[in-house]
Amino acid sequence: MSDVFERVKKIVVEHLDVEEDKVVEKAAFIDDLGADSLDNVELVMAFEEEFDVEIPDDAAETIQTVGDAVKFISEKLGK
Amino acid sequence: MFDLTGKNALVTGATGGLGSEIARALHGAGAVVTLSGTREEKLQDLAAELGERVHVQACNLSDAEAVDALPKQAGEAMGSLDILVSNAGVTRDQLLMRMKDEDWDTVIKVNLEAHFRLCRAALRGMMKQRWGRIIGITSVVGVTGNAGQTNYAASKAGMIGFTKSLAMEVASRGVTANCVAPGFIESPMTDALTDAQKEAILTTIPAGQLGKGADIAAACVYLASAQAAYVTGQTLHVNGGMAMI
Repeated sequence: MSDVFERVKKIVVEHLDVEEDKVVEKAAFIDDLGADSLDNVELVMAFEEEFDVEIPDDAAETIQTVGDAVKFISEKLGK
Repeated sequence: MFDLTGKNALVTGATGGLGSEIARALHGAGAVVTLSGTREEKLQDLAAELGERVHVQACNLSDAEAVDALPKQAGEAMGSLDILVSNAGVTRDQLLMRMKDEDWDTVIKVNLEAHFRLCRAALRGMMKQRWGRIIGITSVVGVTGNAGQTNYAASKAGMIGFTKSLAMEVASRGVTANCVAPGFIESPMTDALTDAQKEAILTTIPAGQLGKGADIAAACVYLASAQAAYVTGQTLHVNGGMAMI
């Protein structure tokens, strides 16, 4: 498990108040983790702060699952 | 009755008749206040009058980039931004058939678009802290209409619809969005009216007198307070009964 995944997972668990084992790469924020569209916006904001990266709105829309977030952030960080 | 101690507020158009009263009232209730406007000197005068717990941030509301940056600057100066009062507004009155593009554009830009930009930038912090108060100063004419003010009335009605939609989006995060709609308020604008014009206006106001800036400011203090947490998406009309909506 990558460091990025662990950090993303921590944010998701805290923000959505879900069980850690539910936060897997395939889990969709809205369909599987009970997020609403506003939660998605807040998660993106939290990722931006945690990783000090900018996630543009059009990219944010493509981030639907935990894996999407990890992939996008990892690419941004060049990892 | 309403205590805003520990809250940080940004007031635009703070040098105007209404804006300065709103700033005084929020400050008087204990809030830290950032005064914004275009006339730096007048902002400094008001800041000097208020004394402590005051910051000044000049901003031209027709400059989109400057508007986008304003809530962040205010938040950094005060430590957070809890209360936003969009009070700045301009008029370019003209019959529609004679209205120039720029009369329309300026009014929409300063009165409506700036509010959108300020809210968007202010929300980030408010959502995170799960507490925020957004107050837009609209106008009775945004609801009743007024000949010669198609642009102004559109901007003020727009603010009301905007506020309702925004209120729905952020209510679950402890952020409220409301409007205050002044009727005829004593100001340099109403001072310029002739006695005959004033008489005519007063016949339409059941209270029999013009409102004061402090009447509007008191409505803002209430909506900014903890006690108004369950009030959102509303327009509070303060007009002496001239329009009951």
